[in-house]
Amino acid sequence: MDTHTLLNLLGEGTVQTLIMTLIGTLVSYIIGLPVGVSLIVTGPNGIHPLPAYNKVMGFIVNVIRSVPFLILMIALTPYIRMVIGTGIGTPATTAALILAAWPFVARMVEQSLLEVDAGVIEAAQAMGASNMQIIRKVLLLEARPSLLNGAAVATITILGYSAMAGTLGGGGLGDIAIRFGHYRFQPTIMWITIIILIILVQVMQEIGIKLAAKMDNRLN
Amino acid sequence: MAEHIIRLQGVTKEFDTKGGKVIALKDINLDIERGDSYGIIGLSGAGKSTLVRTINLLEQPTEGKVIFNDSALTGLGSKDLNRHRRKISMIFQQFNLLMQRDALGNVLFPLEIAGVPKQEALKKAQELLKVVDLEERAHSYPSQLSGGQKQRIAIARALASDPEVILCDEATSALDPKTTRSILGLLRKINEERGITLVVITHEMEVIKQLCNKVAVIENGEIVERGEVQEVFKKPKTKAARKLFFPDGQSREKPLVKTSTKRRVRLVFDEATAGEPIIANMIMELGAPVNFLYANLDVLGGSQKGQMVICLAADRETAEKQKEYLKAKGVEFTEIEEDDDYGEEE
Repeated sequence: MDTHTLLNLLGEGTVQTLIMTLIGTLVSYIIGLPVGVSLIVTGPNGIHPLPAYNKVMGFIVNVIRSVPFLILMIALTPYIRMVIGTGIGTPATTAALILAAWPFVARMVEQSLLEVDAGVIEAAQAMGASNMQIIRKVLLLEARPSLLNGAAVATITILGYSAMAGTLGGGGLGDIAIRFGHYRFQPTIMWITIIILIILVQVMQEIGIKLAAKMDNRLN
Repeated sequence: MAEHIIRLQGVTKEFDTKGGKVIALKDINLDIERGDSYGIIGLSGAGKSTLVRTINLLEQPTEGKVIFNDSALTGLGSKDLNRHRRKISMIFQQFNLLMQRDALGNVLFPLEIAGVPKQEALKKAQELLKVVDLEERAHSYPSQLSGGQKQRIAIARALASDPEVILCDEATSALDPKTTRSILGLLRKINEERGITLVVITHEMEVIKQLCNKVAVIENGEIVERGEVQEVFKKPKTKAARKLFFPDGQSREKPLVKTSTKRRVRLVFDEATAGEPIIANMIMELGAPVNFLYANLDVLGGSQKGQMVICLAADRETAEKQKEYLKAKGVEFTEIEEDDDYGEEE
């Protein structure tokens, strides 16, 4: 393989990986953020306890999180094919990523919101704030730095999932590493993809940490 | 008759814990008049924090009624309750400011909740920062402010919704004595100048003395004594009140002199009796000495009150004569019973 083809291949793989990761993370947050908030709000010490909902939702989240991603993906492939018409490629992989990642995101969000001081929530209640106002103006804003740190961790985890998905014909860097690095015995390509993945993770983690610190008014 | 702003009627609060039911409040009846600075004092675990939280329904009473301005808060839906809550502000021991908002943002918070237009809210918040003397710290975050400054921001925030009542839950317990005095001074000013009713929860007698006109003593979830601060100070009727008002109980130190625990009396002098050297005269007239155990001068609601603990003469007859002498001179005194073991615990 000449250098030009190789660069094209790696460039395309990186773009695919980024698209899967970012769309996967975004949609996982669209589902996971409200679920995480609802777990806190309806919890035993929440502002609107709903024990039945809390138990059921907590159970669903735990069940999905107990299945390793690779196995979940294989198990889900036939259903994904039924819904979106294909079981392989970037769209199918992204769908699988989202199904596996939203419960993870929900727990990350829950952990971040747990850090919000109960006294501040009590103060807002005493002021006559509605539950919606407390969620929007107290919980989410006070937990902002922790939520951003969590988002970096979640994005990196989903990047890892996307690379795993590559082994099942999912496209992206994982796919390249398996097809060329493993099956065609080209260790150089294997190592190049690994290095690209390391760089991506470093960049995401740095952005997360920097952003969280910048948004945190407790420090400085 | 003065107008009642808050009435608690038969308020009982039970908590279900793993060890069974715990009764935190037992049949509390309390009337607070508009403009009062009403102190509720008790040791930790007495139920005072639960009591103050039933006033704005942060704690739902198990039984009983909470009435604010003639309307019962108990049984209201959350929308109506929130509307009333805007008229009952609260400040806390740990300040409970939003850490991610600056001082101005914290004062703006209750105005945002109430839907006050932005420009109007901003103007008001800035004025309130002036009231609490922190206008130059408007853009500082709580993490950059001292405890006293944080409490001032919390007070400005409490004033933002034009409340009729401010509930103060151990508002000075996390502050040093000097800062405590300045915060109490600010609260007193708010009470006097704006006519805002204060409900002051504390375990410190000093707070009651400096800030309150009325006091209720709470013990094991019950109000055991209540009245004008001056009256309760002069003649505490219950052991719980004596424990809080008597010098040793208050300072929580061991008595300076532990010689005799018998025949001790606590005398209270006011402006009418402080001018005359009553004790000196008594010693000379009856020819029997007394032992001084404690003396202090307090300012209660603007008037000076001296209190003194003395040990009367050893023989009963002389001691009786000394008591009659004091009674004749109009000095308020209480005999300290031997089982009033205040100051000797801990």
